[in-house]
Formats: sequence, structure tokens, C-alpha cells
Amino acid sequence: MTAIQRLPLDPTAHLRAEDIEAIGRELDAIRDAVLATRGEADAAYIRKVIDAQRKVELASRAVLLVSLFPPAWLAGTIGLSISKILENMEIGHNVMHGQWDWMRDPKIHSTTWEWDNASPSSMWKHSHNQIHHAYTNVLGKDNDLGYGIMRVDEDQRWSPFYLGQPLWNFLNACLFEYGIAAYDLEIGKYLKGRKDKAEFRQQVRDVMAKIKKQATRDYVLHPLLSGPSALSTLGANATANLVRNWWTHSVIMCGHFPTGIATFTKTSIEGETRGEWYLRQMLGAGNISGGKLLHLMTGNLSFQIEHHLYPDLPSNRYAEVAPKVREVFERYGLPYVTGSLPRQVGSAWKKVLRLSLPNDFARKAVGAVVKPLASTATRAEPERAAA
Amino acid sequence: MVRTLTLPVSHADAVSILERPAAAGRPLRHGLSRLGRALATPLVPTDFLDLLDPLASAVDLRGRVVEVRPETADAATLVIKPGRAWRGHVPGQYVRIGVDIDGVRRWRAYSLTSHLGRADGCIAITVKAIPDGIVSNYLVRRATPGLVVQLDQATGDFTLPARPPAHLLFITGGSGITPVMGMLRNAIDAMDDVVLLHSAPTAQDVIFAGELRALGGSGRLRLIERHTDVDGMLGASDLAELVDDIGFREVWACGPTGMLDMLDAAWTASGRTDVLHTERFRPAITAVGDGGTVTFTSSDVTVAADGGTPLLDIGEAAGVLMPSGCRMGICFGCVRPLRDGAVRDLRTGQVTEAIEGDGVLVQTCISAAAGPCSIDV
Repeated sequence: MTAIQRLPLDPTAHLRAEDIEAIGRELDAIRDAVLATRGEADAAYIRKVIDAQRKVELASRAVLLVSLFPPAWLAGTIGLSISKILENMEIGHNVMHGQWDWMRDPKIHSTTWEWDNASPSSMWKHSHNQIHHAYTNVLGKDNDLGYGIMRVDEDQRWSPFYLGQPLWNFLNACLFEYGIAAYDLEIGKYLKGRKDKAEFRQQVRDVMAKIKKQATRDYVLHPLLSGPSALSTLGANATANLVRNWWTHSVIMCGHFPTGIATFTKTSIEGETRGEWYLRQMLGAGNISGGKLLHLMTGNLSFQIEHHLYPDLPSNRYAEVAPKVREVFERYGLPYVTGSLPRQVGSAWKKVLRLSLPNDFARKAVGAVVKPLASTATRAEPERAAA
Repeated sequence: MVRTLTLPVSHADAVSILERPAAAGRPLRHGLSRLGRALATPLVPTDFLDLLDPLASAVDLRGRVVEVRPETADAATLVIKPGRAWRGHVPGQYVRIGVDIDGVRRWRAYSLTSHLGRADGCIAITVKAIPDGIVSNYLVRRATPGLVVQLDQATGDFTLPARPPAHLLFITGGSGITPVMGMLRNAIDAMDDVVLLHSAPTAQDVIFAGELRALGGSGRLRLIERHTDVDGMLGASDLAELVDDIGFREVWACGPTGMLDMLDAAWTASGRTDVLHTERFRPAITAVGDGGTVTFTSSDVTVAADGGTPLLDIGEAAGVLMPSGCRMGICFGCVRPLRDGAVRDLRTGQVTEAIEGDGVLVQTCISAAAGPCSIDV
């Protein structure tokens, strides 16, 4: 996608300023309706998910104590993968967004939560909540657009480095938790000398300390506790981390990379109104269609559009607001991007592959080959074909 | 009854595990506990133990309601089995209790009314439902046995000395009887000469009426009941008339603000404030309206704030180092504890309140003062 402001057909061109503010008011009303009914059932939901996740983790780790026995390895690895995915997505991501802060439970609160991920929660909250959610899809501001290692928009300048981006994306998917930590460290910014050195060093120490704890748990202590099953438990834990990394990476790619999702220029957000902010969130995210299990396992990021409109509403309520939000899109003639998980993952990967080459490379390449060939055929002037 | 504190609460409960007596197994236990933490990271082992038994934690004190016993039409006693971390109490003290109501945890303080050393280890609080009181109405009318509540260690200095004075006078109003009931139940045998002057709207509104009247009837205490619907509110001029030897007595008083103000004035006038001990009700709800004085407690800065400017801006303008993030209510980078007072969510108009001892987390970027308030920054 090219920044919306530079598109020949701006999908918001038909909206007047008052329409945009009206959209804002309608979306506020949808939000208010949820807030008015937020209560005991929601609290019971998150406590149930947390309770279930911890029991699954406990049971899986217990089963893995005898992971030499293949069915135990399989069951434990599946259970631990599920537990890690739930912990990162439906619980960690959403708790750290402050979705459950209204409960006033210090154990389920954005300021106290620490997650099973290499990036310390304080760093992740900064880069995710304060940068990505505030500057969603603004070119040059929102580093989630390619994570600084990929080019996922025509308006991002091509360089030969991006030729390798299919590989970078694959590696990032395998090592996603470390990728997130590296990203949250803002290594690129540091290398360009735009980040405070002392702060950076402290953050590196924090990340390393956290990685050490995580690795000691998964790759040393639990394997050692398994005695003769040590190696197979280590393998199981590594597999669970890999599965979690691949799953979260895939889901997150679907949020902003698939075809049809808009990007925005830096200047377009100057003096942005509430309505304009909402409009950017509406067009800057895409959903994944599916059933309840998919929504749970994606941490309800399958409702990425609703999540970007209302990042602090409890995730269990996105399913209920989605039809109302979609109705607003339709009434105002705006594209609501959604598709199945395979389709959206495919679309995102296609973009990663396509944009690893310069814009319109395929067309130009074809043009460069076909045109001369055509002229060769008709005019038989081989010396010009080489030009 | 609900009350605020005259002294800051000491939150010493978190260190309870550090205070265990040294034992031979200490290095082993220390090692095991380190191993447990390393296995459970980023959680702690008690997070998993909580799944099995929320009362077993040595760190987080909780309790389970085992009985709800109606006392009057709008008051009930809740018998609570406290968790392992409970360190006991002195009669007259109160306990802060946290209850999840409509998904939101709300803390209130209630006097302990139970006998010490019950065989089942239970404690009891007695709660009077006040009009529009979210927690009191919930506890009196909706709480059922099995409910798990959050607890704080008992605290408060409204207690009797180890040897009670020879001549005692309790002056209580409404649910102000509750801390005194805790004292009477545990220490009446040590009291020689005790008068209880208790006010309630009617005879039916007297909490613990049967027990108090039995004590009065047996001559263990002199009970003077004042039914204010008929007799009128207790006034300074009534005191000497009702208790002729009032000047010889050391007084413990608990009840509504008006009554305690009257007693304070009377004993101050006679220069005998040393023999008057009072425990105050919770102050009236902070007026909700046009802003107020904001205190940033850790920074020791106090400024006037209007009702429409976010506390974040107020703090920054006053030079306070405020944590901040997106400044639009999304990222929660600016969340700080509200220690007391009231703030209004500028988006919804919703008012959040805290009383001393609380730490209700609020987003400063979208919250404005709704009366005097203190923020921990």
C-alpha cells in the first residue's frame, strides 16, 4: 500500500470533515456502551483464562517430567505451546494494554504485569502502547511497519538490504520473542546515535537478565528436573517456544501487513482530531475471520481493527462490538479488511516477498524483457534490444 | 463501621515471611524458595499455589467468609477465616477488607468484633449497610459463605491499655458500637466499673442489642440506651445528667462525626483531652464539582487545580516529574496511585474515589481533580 494521501483513489476522499467527526462520535458511543456494562462477567472471564492457562502450564510441565515417553512429550509440548500462546496474547498483551486495570487488582494490572517473553514488560509497553498504538501505520513514525528490518510499504525506500527480507522475516518468526526484545531496544536508533547511551546500556542489561531467567527455566531447570528425560524436555520446551514464536509472529503480521490496509504520511497526523485518529485506526488495521477458539488463541487480535479503535477495552468484548463497528464502516463506505488466517498470512508474506524488490520491479523487469523482445521480433534490430 | 485513620497505616504485612525465626533448615528453605522462583518465572510459586488454596499464601493475605449473621435489619456480622499470613489483632482495632464488586476491587475498613482465640481461628467484622454504600450493602445483603476477600493486617490505636482504667465510659453511636463490642467481648472481665452510653435511632436499630442488654441486666456494665428518634441527638448538656460521675471516667468514643466533634469540644473545654479516645467515621464523600487542591505526595507539591485540566498537565506545570505516555488515555504509561480524594475521568465524567490507605490506580492524563486529592508521584 502507498500512503493513503498519495493514492490516486483515497478511500476517504468522499468523507467531509463533519462525517469524520460523526464517525468519531459513533465509535465513542459503541465504546461507552461497553464501558457501561463492563463488570463481574468480564472480571470472571480474565480470571478464568489466567486460571486455565496456569493449570495447563503446570500440567504440561508435570507431564514433561517423563517426556522420554513419546505420548507424554507430545501432550506436554502441545499443552506448553498453548499455555505460552495464551500467556503472551490473551493475557499478557491485553493486561499490559491496561484492559483490566479497571478491576483494581494489583495482580492483573498493566503496571505490575510481567510476561513470559524476552522483552521486559516496561520496554514493550513503551514501544507498543506509546509508539505503535499512537502512531499506527504512520510512515517513519510507526516502526511496526516492517520492524525496521523489512520494507512493507511502497513508500518505504528500497535498499539492497531488503533483498534478504524473506529470510529476515523467516528468522524473525523463529526467534520472535528475541526479535521483539531487539526491536524494543531500538537498536537502529541507538546505532544512529539518537538514543541515550546510558539508557540503552541499562535496557540491554534488563533484557539480558530476563533472557537469562527465561532460558534458565526452559533450558536448564525444567530439563534437569526431568532426570533421564532432560534432553527430550529441553526439546519440548524449545519446540513450545518455537510454536509460540511462529504463531504470534503470524497473527501479528496479519494486523497491519495484508493487502488493503492503509498507511499514512507523517504530516497527515499533525493536529489530528479525535475523529481523524479513529479513521486512521479504522483503515490501518486488518482482522482475521474465524471461530471462538481462533479469537482466544490470537488474544482477540483477530479483531485488530476493534483493538486499535479501543485498545483498552477488555478483549472478550471485541467480538460483540465488531458487527457494530463494521456497520459504521459500511455506512460510511470504508473498506473493512478481513480474511481467514491462511489468506491474511499469505497476503502478508506475499507483500514481504514483493517489496523485497524495488517498486514495480516485476512490471519493469517484464517490460524491460518483453518490449525489446517484441521489437526484436518485428524489427529485427538486436543491437537495440541490448539497450 | 467504616472509618478513616488518624495515623498512617503501616503496611508491614509484606515482610511477614522475613520475620520468621531463624531455623536450622533456613539455608535449605532459602535454596528451595530460590529454585521455586526460578522455575516459576515470570510468576512466583505462590501464583500457582493460589490456584489450589487462596488462603495458603504467606505473602498475600486473604480470607474466606464462613458465616453471614444478620444483626439488625441493615447490619450483619461476617465471620471470616483468615489466611495463613494473618497475625492477629487487638480488640478495638479494625481490618481493611477488599471485595470485588461488579468486577472492581473496593477496600473498606471495619472494626473487628470477634472473640480472640476462637478455636476455628476465625475473626468477625460487623457491617452496617449505609445508604448508597457499595461495599457495606454488598457485605450485608449479597455476601454469602465461601466468598474470598482480600485482607490487610489489623491496625488502629483505638484500643484499651493492657490493664483497663478503673472507671470506664464508652460513648458510641450507631455502628460505632462495633470496636467497643470487640473490647467488651474480650476484656469485660478485666473491667470493674464500666458505663456504655449508646445512641441509635430506635431500639430495633441497636446492633448487638440482646448481648448488650444481657450484660446490662447482669450488672456487668451500666447500659444507657438513647433512642435518638424519640430522645433527640446526644448533646453536651446531656452528658453529666446521664453519667453523673463522668469527670472521673476515661472515655472511649466512636460514632458519627457530629457526636465526636461535640465530645472533642466538651473535653477540650474542660482541659481533659488526655482521657478522651476517639475513633472517627469515614468523612463525607468528597464534593464532586469544580476541581480542588492536588497534592503530589512523593514530590511534596501541592497546587490548585480546576476540574477540567488533566492531573498530568497540572503536575507538569508545577514541575513534578510526571510519568507520561500517549496523553490520550490509551497507553497507561501515566498511571499513578490515588491516595485519597476524588478524581473525574474527563472522558466519562465518572468519579473515582480513594480514602487514606488506598492506592487506586488512575490515569493522570485523562483524570482531573473532583475535589481535594493526593496522587503518589
